[in-house]
Amino acid sequence: MKLSATVSTLLVGNAAAFSMSMKSDTGAANRRDILVKGAAFAAGIAVPAASNAYSVPDLPYGFDALEPYIDAPTMKIHHDKHHGTYVTNINKATEGKDEVPILDLMADALEAGPVRNSGGGHYNHAFFWDEMAPHAQASKTKPSASLSAMIDKSFGSFDEMKAKFEAQAAPGAVFGSGWVWLAVNKKGDEIKIIGTPNQDNPLMKGVCDEIYLPVLGLDVWEHAYYLKYQNRRPEYVSNWWNVVNWDKVNENFEYVVANHVGVSVRG
Amino acid sequence: VANANTGTTLTYDLPPLPFGTSALKPMIGKKTLETHHGKHHAKYVSTLNALVAGTSLEHQTLEKIMKASYKNKSKPAIFNNAAQAWNHSFYWNCLKPNGGGVPNTNQHAKLVEKINASFGSFSEFRKQFADAANTAFGSGWAWLASDRKGNLSVVKTIGADNPITSGGLIPILTCDVWEHAYYLDYANLRPSYVDAFLDKLVNWEFVAENLERAIDSGRNWS
Repeated sequence: MKLSATVSTLLVGNAAAFSMSMKSDTGAANRRDILVKGAAFAAGIAVPAASNAYSVPDLPYGFDALEPYIDAPTMKIHHDKHHGTYVTNINKATEGKDEVPILDLMADALEAGPVRNSGGGHYNHAFFWDEMAPHAQASKTKPSASLSAMIDKSFGSFDEMKAKFEAQAAPGAVFGSGWVWLAVNKKGDEIKIIGTPNQDNPLMKGVCDEIYLPVLGLDVWEHAYYLKYQNRRPEYVSNWWNVVNWDKVNENFEYVVANHVGVSVRG
Repeated sequence: VANANTGTTLTYDLPPLPFGTSALKPMIGKKTLETHHGKHHAKYVSTLNALVAGTSLEHQTLEKIMKASYKNKSKPAIFNNAAQAWNHSFYWNCLKPNGGGVPNTNQHAKLVEKINASFGSFSEFRKQFADAANTAFGSGWAWLASDRKGNLSVVKTIGADNPITSGGLIPILTCDVWEHAYYLDYANLRPSYVDAFLDKLVNWEFVAENLERAIDSGRNWS
C-alpha cells in the first residue's frame, strides 16, 4: 500500500541511517547503554540507565522479521515512535525519583496519569516485542506440557483458548484501544484471558478483581495494525499467532508460576 | 433517512460523505476516507441495525437510542454503535475542502461572539481544542460544545462517548482522534492531523448552524 508522504518520512528519517533490517533508532540512550553496561546489557538484563531510568529495548529481530504477518513499517513506527514516546514520558514522570524496574511501578499504577499510561505503555510494549519471533523460528515452538495442562484445564483445549482469545480481541470486546492477555493468577493455579483498555495491564491493582501475571499479550491499539490491516483487526489477530514465540511464553509461564510475580522486561 | 436540519440520521442509514473521497487531500487522504466512512462508519451502522432489530429501539432516533442505552454498562454494544454512528455523521459535516482557519466575523457573528465570550479569544479556543484532541489518551474525540445559552466549552471524550450523553451539552464541532481517523496519513503524528483539521478543514458554516440551533429554544435534543 502506498504510504503518505508524512508516514514515509517517519520511516526514512535520517536517510544515511535508513535500513529496514537495521536495529532500532531510538537515540543515544541505547548506544550509551551498550558502552557503559557492556555484557549485562548485551545479555538483555534490564539495567536502569544513569540519568534516564528507562529506555526502549532493541527489538530482538529486524523490523521486517515478522513479515508478512506484521509489516516492517508498523514495527519501526510502533517501536521507535509509539514505544519511544511512552519511554520519554515515563522518564519525565519519574525524574528525580528512585530508579526501579518498570515492573515495580505496575502494581500501584492505577492513579490516572503518566505512570498508568506511559509506564503501562512501556511495560506492555517491552513485554510484547520479546514474545514474538520470525515465523521460521516461531513455528517450531509450542506451549510446554505444563502450560498446555493449565490451558486445557481452564479452556478445554488450546484451540478453545485461541478462539476465546480472538473473541476477546474483537473490536466489540476491546472497544477502542487496549490489549488482550493470557495471564496467570498469583497463586499460579489458574489461567485467564483478560482484555484491558488503553495501556492498563492485569499487573495493576484495580484493573481486574485480583492481580494477574501476563504470560502472553496482544496489542490491539489501531497503531499496532492499521497500516497493513486498516479496519480488519480480526485478520491481524489471526495472523499474529504465526509469530508467537512459545519458547518465551513458556519461560514467562514457568517464571510467574514459580515466583508469583510478573515477568521482568528489558529497558 | 437523513435529517438535513440536524445533520443526524435515524437508524438504518449510512449517510453519504458530503464530499468526494479525494476532496480533502492531502490533509485527509482518499484511502482514509474510503476506509473510515466505507468500513468503520458503515460497520457501526450495520451492527446497530442488527442489534436494535425487533426491539423497542428499532425506529428511534440515534439520540434517543444513545440516551436510552448510555447507562447500560453490562451491554455496551448498543450505545457504542449508536453513538459512533452519530459521532461519525456529525464529524463528516464538520469537514469541508478549503475550510479551517478563523470563522468570518461578518458571516458568523454569533459564533465569533460566543467563542470570544467563552474563551477570551479565538487563539485560546484553538489552543484548548488542540490540547484536548492531542491529549485524549487512546481512542476518543475532541468537541466544542454549547449549553442552551451559547456558552461554549471544549470537551474530550473516550471511545464512543459524546457531550450529549456524558455532559448534557450540545456538540457544535468535533474532531475524531481514534487512530483510524489519521493513521494512514500521519501515523503517530496526531498533532499534525489536528493542526490540519483546524487550519484547513473545519466547516465553520456547520458549526455556526449548530450554535444557532443550540441557542434556539425550540430545539429538542431528546
